[in-house]
Amino acid sequence: MASQTVLELRQVSKAFATHRAVADVSLEIPRGAFFSLLGPSGCGKTTILRMIAGFEAPTSGEVWLNGECINALPPYQRNVNTVFQGYALFPHLTVQGNVEFGLVHKKSHKKGSDDINRVNDVLKQVRLEGKSSRRPSELSGGERQRVALARAIVLQPDVLLLDEPLSALDPQLRKQVRSELRDLQRRLGVTFLFVTHDQEEALSMSDQIAVMNAGSLEQVGTPREIYAKPRSRFVADFLGAMNWIDGIGVRPEAVSITSQGRKAFVTDVSYLGSFCRIEMKVESGEVIAAQAPPGTSYTTGQAVCFTWNREDEIHL
Amino acid sequence: MKLRNAFLTPTAILMAVTMLAPLAIILVYSFLTRGAYGGVEAPWTIENYSHLWDPVYAAIIFRSLWIAAVATALCLILGFPLALFIARSGTRKNLYLGLVILPFWTSFLIRTYAWMFILRDTGIVNSVLQSLGLIREPLPLLYNNGAVILGLVYGFLPFMVLPLYATLERLDPSLLEAAADLGARPWDTLVRVILPLCAPGIRAGAILTFVPCLGTYLTSDLLGGSKTVLIGNLVQNQFTASRDWPFGAALSLALMAIAIGLLFSVRRRGEELL
Repeated sequence: MASQTVLELRQVSKAFATHRAVADVSLEIPRGAFFSLLGPSGCGKTTILRMIAGFEAPTSGEVWLNGECINALPPYQRNVNTVFQGYALFPHLTVQGNVEFGLVHKKSHKKGSDDINRVNDVLKQVRLEGKSSRRPSELSGGERQRVALARAIVLQPDVLLLDEPLSALDPQLRKQVRSELRDLQRRLGVTFLFVTHDQEEALSMSDQIAVMNAGSLEQVGTPREIYAKPRSRFVADFLGAMNWIDGIGVRPEAVSITSQGRKAFVTDVSYLGSFCRIEMKVESGEVIAAQAPPGTSYTTGQAVCFTWNREDEIHL
Repeated sequence: MKLRNAFLTPTAILMAVTMLAPLAIILVYSFLTRGAYGGVEAPWTIENYSHLWDPVYAAIIFRSLWIAAVATALCLILGFPLALFIARSGTRKNLYLGLVILPFWTSFLIRTYAWMFILRDTGIVNSVLQSLGLIREPLPLLYNNGAVILGLVYGFLPFMVLPLYATLERLDPSLLEAAADLGARPWDTLVRVILPLCAPGIRAGAILTFVPCLGTYLTSDLLGGSKTVLIGNLVQNQFTASRDWPFGAALSLALMAIAIGLLFSVRRRGEELL
C-alpha cells in the first residue's frame, strides 16, 4: 500500500438478510484528501461508512487503516471518528462535555490543562467559543452540526467520516457550511470521507469523488473528470442534466441554439436569472435541454435549430 | 358541566369516599386515646406520635427502611440488564414484557406461599440438597431477613423493570454508537451515557419499588415469621392483637409521611413526580 493512502477498502461486500448493500467495493483514499462517496439513497454509501467506523462487519473483504487491517477492531479502538447524520449529541452534556467526551479514552491521555486548551482551540476553530456551557437543546441546527464536528476532530482521527452532515440544515445555510467545511478540512489537513447524495455538494467540495450505484462503485475521479468524462450512463445522468442525442451525451450548457443545425420546437422556457433553460423537442420525439443567455426571448412552439461542440460530446 | 367532567364524577366520588374519608378518619384516630377493647376514646393526645421514638419501634422503622432499600437496590441491579435486554430485542419485545407481567395473573398471596414451599426446612431446595448429600441439616432459608428480601425482590421486580424499559426503549441508539465512536468501551458507555439518560426511569422505578416494599405486610408476615417485624406488620398488630387503634393510625401516617418525603427528595426540578 502506498504511504499516502490512509484508508483502503479491499473487495468489501456487505449482505443483509434481504439484500446485498455493498458489492465488491475496492477504494483507496489518499491522506489529507476531501473524498466524497456520492450516490442515490440506498446505494450502500452509508453502509460503507459504518463498516469503516466499525458498526457493521463486512460480509467479505478487508478494511485497512494506516497499513493495518482493522476488520477485527471494535469501533472504540479505531482511530476514525464520525459526524452522524442526526449529529447524535449527548443531550445530558454541555457543548464542552460533548467535545471532551472522547479525550479521556485516548490511549495517550493524561489529565491536565492540555485537554482544556485543546477543547478551547477546537471550539474556536468551529466558532463555538462562548457557547461551551450550553446544552445541545439550546443550540441552532448549524451550531449542533459544528459541535458534532468539534467532538470528532478534537480526537485528531486518521479519517473523519461525515454521514450527510448537511442534510439536516436549511438550504440557505447549507451552501455557507459547504465552504466552511472545505476550509476547515484544508486548515486541519485531516482526511475527510464525506457521504452525500447531493451532486452539487460533492462537486464543490471534493478532491476526489467515488460515485456509487446499487452497492457498486461506478467511477472514482476528480470532480472535473467525473463531470466531463463520466464512464457510465448512470454517472453521466446522476451528475447534472444530460441530453442523449443518437446515443451521444451532451450537457445542456454545451448546446447552443443557432440558425443552422438540427431542427426542433421549443416546448418550454424557464427564466433562471443568470440564464434561460430551453427545452426543445426534435422530430424523433426526444427532449433536448439547452442553456441560453438570460436576454433571449424564445417562445413555446417556436421552430429553432441547435448545435453543439464536438469536443463536449460524451461517448459511452 | 362539560362532558368529560361528567364522566369524571364517579371516580371523584369513589376517591373521596374510599381514600380521603378513611385518611381523615385515620388522622383523627391518631390523636385520640385507645379504648379498652379496641376503638378510640377521648381525650385528645399526641402521645401516639411520641411512641414512634421508642427504641423498639424506631428499630422496626429503621429495619423496614433498610430492607426496602436493599430490595430496591437488588431490583435495580437485576432489573436494569433485563430492561436493557428487552428494549434491544426488537420484535420479541412484547413477548418478554408479557413474561415480566405474567406473575400478576395469579394472586400475590399464592405466589408468596409458593416461596414458603420452596424455602422451608422440608422444601424443595433443602430436600434436593439433602438427597444429593451436600448438606445434612436443612439450611435456615425461611423466616429471616434474607427470605423477606427475596420475596420482595421477586414481587416488585416488574415495577422496576417497566419504567426502566420505558426510558431505555426511547434511548436513541445512535448515541451509543457515538459513544463507541469516540472511544468509549461498553462499560464507559453504560456509565457515561446510558445511566445518566435513564436517571428518570431509575428514579421512577426506585419509587415504585421502594414505597410498596416499605409498607409490605404479607411478605414479611409469611416469609419473615415473628422475627422480622416490619412497619406493615406492626400496624396490623395494633388493629388486631394489641387493640391500639390510635397508635396504628399514627404509624400508618408516619409510613405515609416517609414515602411522600422520599418521593419529593428524589424528584428533580421540572420533572414529573412519577
